[in-house]
Amino acid sequence: MVQVAVRGLMIVNEIDKNLLDEIDVSDFKESEAYNIRKNGKSIKRKINDYVDIEPKEDGKGINVYVKENTYFGIVHIPVILTQSGLKDVVYNDFYVGKNANVIILAGCGIHNDEHEDSEHDGIHRFFIEEGAKVKYTEKHYGNGRGTGKRILNPVTEINLKKNASMTMDSVQIKGVSKTKRVTKAKIYEGATLVVKEKILTSDNQVAKTDFVIDLKGDGASCNVTSRSVATENSYQEFKSVVTGKAKSYAHVSCDAIIKDDAKVKAIPEIYAKDADANLVHEAVIGKIAGEQLMKLMSLGLSEKEAEDVIIKGFLK
Amino acid sequence: MLELQNVCFKKDNKLILNNINIKFDETRFYVITGPNGSGKSTLAKIIMGLEKPTSGKIIFNGKDITDMPVDKRSKEGISFAFQQPVRFKGITVYDLLKISTGKDLCKKEACGILSKVGLCALEYVDREINASLSGGELKRIEIASVIARNPKVAIFDEPEAGIDLWSFKNLIQVFKELESNYSGITIVISHQERILNIADQIILMKDGKVSKVGKKEEMINEILNGSSCCKGVNDCE
Repeated sequence: MVQVAVRGLMIVNEIDKNLLDEIDVSDFKESEAYNIRKNGKSIKRKINDYVDIEPKEDGKGINVYVKENTYFGIVHIPVILTQSGLKDVVYNDFYVGKNANVIILAGCGIHNDEHEDSEHDGIHRFFIEEGAKVKYTEKHYGNGRGTGKRILNPVTEINLKKNASMTMDSVQIKGVSKTKRVTKAKIYEGATLVVKEKILTSDNQVAKTDFVIDLKGDGASCNVTSRSVATENSYQEFKSVVTGKAKSYAHVSCDAIIKDDAKVKAIPEIYAKDADANLVHEAVIGKIAGEQLMKLMSLGLSEKEAEDVIIKGFLK
Repeated sequence: MLELQNVCFKKDNKLILNNINIKFDETRFYVITGPNGSGKSTLAKIIMGLEKPTSGKIIFNGKDITDMPVDKRSKEGISFAFQQPVRFKGITVYDLLKISTGKDLCKKEACGILSKVGLCALEYVDREINASLSGGELKRIEIASVIARNPKVAIFDEPEAGIDLWSFKNLIQVFKELESNYSGITIVISHQERILNIADQIILMKDGKVSKVGKKEEMINEILNGSSCCKGVNDCE
């Protein structure tokens, strides 16, 4: 198989490179820390003065340490699966020091040309100290001609200490047969969590997302926006449980476009345990609005082109 | 030239347009006016293809476009500004203008189009066309999306609806410039005296029929004094 150079390192082939490019990049900069995991094993790792990455003793994951006051750290932790029939479970913990500012890019790409199912379950725990800021991006992608399913079940647990903040962008646009995504967060005084989730399902794919968020301190806030498109015979389920235990604020919005024979279910739950908790949940499920199609068609697009533009914009 | 021949339109068993016959000449600025429910907006939608006539024909530059779908009419050069501009999640003003012009417009060109409708371009070009924009802003972006196509027929359905007085004053200026510089057919559905004043021709509608057509000078006093009326005979019945 042809080897492809990544910054001079002969570590991945063309399939790996394509998967990496879909979920992140295959070309990391010199100053960036990374850990690439392939078929259940770390194949390449780089650390620097601000970011340390250590394998767990049992070999089933890594601990990532971001030093206090890191000004602008970048960490990549992509996972690729190309071996059909493999079930890879990984436990990654992130310890972000006080007032650090870091971007973490995670993601999983599965290529399955065979008939056996491939599965990756990534359990990510974040321990974010006072005043730290984390931007976390995860992208999920599947390809391959095989009949074997491409299954991804990410779990994200977030602990946000006083005045810390985290933005989580989660994208699953293509090729994942089945996914259950669980995000749990404990948000303390003055801390903020912003989650943006985008999902597109087709064929017979199933995508379930589950948010459990506890606002535990005064001034804690969260803003969860889920935009999804369900097409063909796919099924999506969005569930969120937000509990406000203090003078806190939450806004959860689930917005879904449904097409063909797809099915979408939204189960919102907001629970105020404090009179000063201000919790909002919005859920909208519907077809593409006829007037949106008409407007774009009046500008010369065919119905199919108009639909593609609307969906692309919606998931942008 | 655009011609409507014996156009009727029925909806829910109600006759909305009743035997409409109009010829629109190039380089003319037409204002279609009349009371609420007289069929003005339906007429505009019929021309764009957003509604299909129950009977009658629409001829555009010698071609029968009665059964032509919206996107094809658009490609023939007909364009339509909606009375209530449509909002889009995730689509920016820049995206919309690129679709309108049908080319990979550069930002400078997009800003040029926005300036024509009185929008400070740099503030708007990257904004999403969503609920964060005011009614007046949306209207102007809607008008920009039509102007950007440089159409042979530009239709504006009640451009003044839902906007404040200050924005309206600016809109009038946009239409005055259109009237002076634009070489195609302009059709504006409006109740506003200041828009009627820009017209070359005014078409007065009542009860789904064309009640009267004439030059602005001949029509305007009659309309403003409220003496114009039609009987609304059901020719299509």
